[in-house]
Amino acid sequence: MIGADLSILIPEIVLAVFAMAAMLAAVYTSKDAVAPALTWGTALIFVVMAFYIAVTGEGVRVGFNGGFVDDGFARFAKITILLSAAAILIVGIEFMQKSDLLRFEYPILVTLSVIGMMVMVSSGDLIVLYVGLELQSLALYVIASLRRDSVRSTEAGLKYFILGALSSGLLLYGASLVYGFAGTTQFAGIIETATAGEMPVGLLIGLVFLISGLAFKVSAAPFHMWTPDVYEGAPTPVTALLATAPKVAAVALFARVVHDAFGGAVGEWQQVVALLAVLSMFLGSIAAIGQTDIKRLMAYSSIGHMGFALMGLAAGTEQGVEAMLIYIAIYVTMNIGTFSFILSMEKDGRHVTDISALSSFASREGGKALALLVLMFSLAGVPPLVGFFGKYAVLFAAVEAGMAWLAIAGVIASVIGAYYYLRIVYLMYFGEDREGLDGRMGLVTYAGLMAMAALIALAWLPGLNLLGLEGMAAAAAQTLVR
Amino acid sequence: METILLFAPLVGALVAGFGWRMIGQTGAQVAATAMLFLACILSWAVFLGFDGETYTVPLFTWIESGTLFTDWAIRIDRLTAIMLIVITSVSALVHLYSFGYMAHDENFKDGESYRPRFFAYLSFFTFAMLMLVTADNLLQLFFGWEGVGVASYLLIGFYFRKPSAGAAAMKAFIVNRVGDFGFLLGIFALFWMTDSIQFDVILPMGAELAQMTITFLGMELNAAETIAFLLFIGAMGKSAQLLLHTWLPDAMEGPTPVSALIHAATMVTAGVFLVCRMSPIIEYAPMAGNFIIIIGAVTAFFAATVGLVQNDIKRVIAYSTCSQLGYMFVAAGVGVYSVAMFHLFTHAFFKAMLFLGAGSVIHAMHHEQDMRNYGGLRKKIPLTFWAMMIGTLAITGVGIPTTYFGFAGFFSKDAVVESAFAFGGDLGQFAFWSLIVAAVFTSFYSWRLIFLTFFGEPRGSKHTHEHAHESPWTMLAPLGVLAVGAVFSGVVWYNSFFGHTDEVGRFFGVPYAQEEHVEEGAHGATDEAHAAADTHATESAESAEGDHGYAHYNLVGAPGEGAIHAAPDNNILNEAHEVPYWVKWSPFFAMLLGFVVAFWFYIVNPSLPRRLAESQRPLYQFLLNKWYFDEAYDFLFVRPARALGRFLWKGGDGAVIDGGINGLALGIIPFFTRLAGRAQSGYIFTYAFAMVLGLVVLVTWVTLRAGG
Repeated sequence: MIGADLSILIPEIVLAVFAMAAMLAAVYTSKDAVAPALTWGTALIFVVMAFYIAVTGEGVRVGFNGGFVDDGFARFAKITILLSAAAILIVGIEFMQKSDLLRFEYPILVTLSVIGMMVMVSSGDLIVLYVGLELQSLALYVIASLRRDSVRSTEAGLKYFILGALSSGLLLYGASLVYGFAGTTQFAGIIETATAGEMPVGLLIGLVFLISGLAFKVSAAPFHMWTPDVYEGAPTPVTALLATAPKVAAVALFARVVHDAFGGAVGEWQQVVALLAVLSMFLGSIAAIGQTDIKRLMAYSSIGHMGFALMGLAAGTEQGVEAMLIYIAIYVTMNIGTFSFILSMEKDGRHVTDISALSSFASREGGKALALLVLMFSLAGVPPLVGFFGKYAVLFAAVEAGMAWLAIAGVIASVIGAYYYLRIVYLMYFGEDREGLDGRMGLVTYAGLMAMAALIALAWLPGLNLLGLEGMAAAAAQTLVR
Repeated sequence: METILLFAPLVGALVAGFGWRMIGQTGAQVAATAMLFLACILSWAVFLGFDGETYTVPLFTWIESGTLFTDWAIRIDRLTAIMLIVITSVSALVHLYSFGYMAHDENFKDGESYRPRFFAYLSFFTFAMLMLVTADNLLQLFFGWEGVGVASYLLIGFYFRKPSAGAAAMKAFIVNRVGDFGFLLGIFALFWMTDSIQFDVILPMGAELAQMTITFLGMELNAAETIAFLLFIGAMGKSAQLLLHTWLPDAMEGPTPVSALIHAATMVTAGVFLVCRMSPIIEYAPMAGNFIIIIGAVTAFFAATVGLVQNDIKRVIAYSTCSQLGYMFVAAGVGVYSVAMFHLFTHAFFKAMLFLGAGSVIHAMHHEQDMRNYGGLRKKIPLTFWAMMIGTLAITGVGIPTTYFGFAGFFSKDAVVESAFAFGGDLGQFAFWSLIVAAVFTSFYSWRLIFLTFFGEPRGSKHTHEHAHESPWTMLAPLGVLAVGAVFSGVVWYNSFFGHTDEVGRFFGVPYAQEEHVEEGAHGATDEAHAAADTHATESAESAEGDHGYAHYNLVGAPGEGAIHAAPDNNILNEAHEVPYWVKWSPFFAMLLGFVVAFWFYIVNPSLPRRLAESQRPLYQFLLNKWYFDEAYDFLFVRPARALGRFLWKGGDGAVIDGGINGLALGIIPFFTRLAGRAQSGYIFTYAFAMVLGLVVLVTWVTLRAGG
C-alpha cells in the first residue's frame, strides 16, 4: 500500500529530491555561480508542480493512515504557495544579485520551506502538522539571517528562531494536551472526541494552545511582535517571501486544524479566532500609522490583513473559508506587486526603505507610481479594485454568520488602515519635491510590479470575474467544511 | 406636425445655446425665433383644425417598472390646443421683442455674449412648457413642470451679477419646491389608488376615487379630496396663489420679456391648466373645490390691495397677475373650467401686452422702473402709450354688459364673476364680493399706472426724460399683435368658452344633452342623456327649442371624456347666464369706480394720495409691505430653518462629526500608535512576554466561558 500513499506525495517528493540533488550538484560544481540558474530552475519547477497539482488533483485522497490529506482545499493552498514562492524568487533575483546575496543555498532553502508548507496544508495528523511546520520554519529562520555579515539580518533571524521555538513549544504542548484527552493525534479521531457531548476542558485548553502556536505563524496579534522586526531586518526578497507563501500555508493550516479537528465545535474556537482577528486588524491599522520604514509598514499591513483573513475563518462556515481563501489569494497578489516595487527602491546605489524617499515619485516615474497607487488603493480596499472584493467577501461571510459586530469592527479598522496606504500615495503625488529614488528597475521586477498592478486593477472586470478565483475557492472550501 | 411643434423650440434652444459660436449671436437669435414662429404657426394649425376629439401621438416608451408604465406622448385635446396657441404665440412674440429689448444691457460688460444664452433659455422654457401641456401622463407633466421651474430660475437670475436677482431666483425655486412637494404627493397618492399615472386611466376614475379612502397616520381620508387637495398645492406654488405667492413679485428681477412670457402668460397659468386637466377628479372633491374658491378669491383680493400702493411698474403688474390668477382659480373652483381657461386665454394676451409695454417704457427710460420718476411720457412714446392703454382697457374689463362690445378682459372677467355668483351659498357670495372689490382695485391700480406713467408732469431725472425714445419695431410689432388679441380674443371665442352649454361642449369635445324637465324624474333624465350623448346630440339640438329661444343643455360626458368634465349636478354654466342684471352690471360699475377714483387721485388732485397715505399710515405700510408676508415667512420659516441649519452645521457637522473624527484621528488613534510603538521594544523577552500574556488571557477566557 505504500505505493498508493507515495503517489499522493509526488509533488513533495519531486521537490525534496530536487532540493537535495541541487545541493549536491551545486556543492560539487561551481557553487554560487549556478545560483541564478538554480533560482530560475526552482521557480520553474514550482510552477510545473503547481500545474501538476492543478491538473492531476482530483477528489479527496488520504494517505499514511489519515496522516496526509490531499483534497481540494490542500491543492488550492499548495498552488497558491507554489506560485507565490516562484514569483517571489523571480522578482528577487535581480536584487539578490545586486546586493551579492544570491547564494545557491537560497533557492534550496526556499524549496525546503515550501515542502514544509505543502506538508502543513495537507496534514491530517498533529505529528505531520508539526513536522511540516518545523521544516518550513527552520528553513525560514536560516533564510531570514541570510545576510550573515549584517547585524540586523542575523538579529532578525535569531529573534524569529527564538520566538518561533517558543511558539513551537506552545503548539507541542497543545498537541500533547489534545492527544491526552482525545487519545489520538489524528484529526479524524480528535473531531469525534470534540463533538461527542461536552468538550473536555483539557481538550479546549489544548485547542487554545494550538491556536496560539498557529497564530504566531500567521502573525496574528498578540503573537505578532516578531513580525515588524524580522520584516525590517531580513533582506527584502526574504521579507517578501515571509509575507506571502508562509502566510498562505499558516492560514490554510489554521483553517484545517479548526475545521478538520474541531469542526463540530465551531462555537468553542469561533470567539477566540474572532478576538485574534479584531486585535490583528486594529493593531495592524493603528501601529502602522507611526511607521517610517516601508518594510515595517508592510509588516503591520500583513498583520492587519491576516486579521481580515481570520475574520473569514471566524465565521465558522463554508462561506467563511471560501472568503478567507479569496482574501489570502488576493492579499498574496497585492504583496508580490508591492514588494516588487520595494525591491526596486534605490537611492545613490543603495537600497532604501524609508517612506519619505517616495516623495514626489510620481513626477519622475509616472507609470510605476500609478502601479503602486493601484496596489495601495487595493490594499486599502477601495472599490472597484480587487482588494475590495476580498474585504467584501470576508465581511459578507461574517455578517452571514451572524457576526455583524466583527464586520463593523473590520470596516472601522480598514478605515483607519486606509490612512497609511493613502499617505504613500499622497507622498508620491503631492510630496514636496526633493531628491528621492533614482534607481533603475530591473526588467523582471518591473514586469512583476506591472503584472500584479494590472491584475489588481482589471481582474474585477465583468468578463474576467477575478479569473475564476471565487469558483476555485468555493470548491476548495467545500472539501474542508463538511 | 405635433412632434415638430413640440421639438422645434428644443432645437432652437440647443442651436442658440451651443451653436452660437458657429452661427454668431444674431444667427442664434434668429434661429431660436424662427423655430418659435414655426411652432406658433403649427400650433394655430392644430388649434383651428382640432375637432374636439382627443388624440394621442406616442413618441417612445419612457419608463417600465412594475406596474408603472409611461410613454412619452403628445396628447392633444382642447385644453392642450388652447395652451399651445397661448404659449407659442406669446413666446414667439417675446422672442421677437427680445431682439430689441436685450440688444444693449448694462448688466453685462461690453463684449460679453449673453444674448444667445437668453434666447436659449427662452426657447428651452417654451419646450418645457409645451411638454407640460402636451403630457398624456402625470410624470411627463411633472417633467415639464420642473423644466419650466428650472427655466424660470435661470431667467429670473439672468442678471447674475445682481445679488437681488440671484436671491429672487432662489426664492422662486424654493417656494415652488413647497408646492411641488404637494404635487408629488398627489401623484404618488393617485398612483397608489389607481395604479397608473396615465390620464386615460386616472381621469375616468374620478367618481370611483370619491368612494375610496386613503388611510394616513390613522386618519381616513377621502381619496378624491386628498388627491385634489395635494394637486392644488402644486398648482398654488406654480400659480403664485396666496401663501405660496411671495416669489412672483420678486421674480420681476428677471428681464421684462421673461416676466411677460413666464410670469404672466404661461408658466404661472400652469396651475390653472393642471386644475382644469384634473377636472374629472376635482369635480368629485367638493371640499377641495371649495378650498380652491377660497384661495382664489382671497388671492384676487389680497394681490389687488397690494397692487394699489406699489411704485415699481413691474411689481404693479406682477400683483395684478397674481390677482387675475385668483380669478381663474375661482372659476375652476366653482366648476366652470371653460371659464377658467377663457380668462387664462384672454389674460395671456393683455397681460403679456402690459408687461411688454412696461418693458418698452423701461427701455425708453433707461431701465428706470419707479413710476414716481415717470410722468408725461405720452408724447415721448405714443405707440407704447396706446398699447398700454389697450392693455389697461382689457384688464379693467371695459365693455358694455349684455352686449358683444368690449375688450377681451371684459368678457372673461364677467364670466368669472357671474360664475362665482351662480355658485351660490355663502361661499359663492364671498367669492363674488371679493372679486368685485378686487375689480375696483384692479381698475384703480391699472389706471394709476397709466396716469403716473403717461400723464402729468415729468418727474425724476431730467436727463432720462430728455432721452426717452420710442422702442424699435421689433418691440412694437409684438405689442401690435398682442393688442389685436387683447381686443378681440374675448369677443371671438366668447361663445366657445362661455356661450351656451352646447357650444361649450362642442368646443371642448364634451358630450352634452338637452336638459330635462324636473318632473320627468332623475332616472329618465340620465337615460335620455346617455342616449343623446351617443348620437352626439346634434339632431335633438335642432328640434329642442326652449322657452328662452334656445334649449338648455347639460354637459353629460363621463369623466375623462373630452377636455373638461362637469359632474352630473354641476349646472353652474347654465345658471351663470341667468344671474340678475345687477350682477352682470356690477363689474362694469366696479371698473368705473376704480377709474374715477384713480382719475381724481392722479389727475385732478395729485397731492391727495400722499395725504391719504399719511393719514392712514398703518394701512399704507401694511399694503406697501405686502401684508408682511415676507416678514412673517422670514420669522416663521426662514429663520428657524437657518437656525436649524446653523445648528446642524456648527453643532452637528462641525462639533460632533468633525470634532469626533478629528479627535479620533488626531488624538486617540495616535495615542494607540505610540503605545504600540512603545510595546515594540525590540527585546525578545518583551515579545515572548506578550505572547505568553496573550495565551494566558485566551486560556482564561475560554475556560471561564466553558465553565460558566
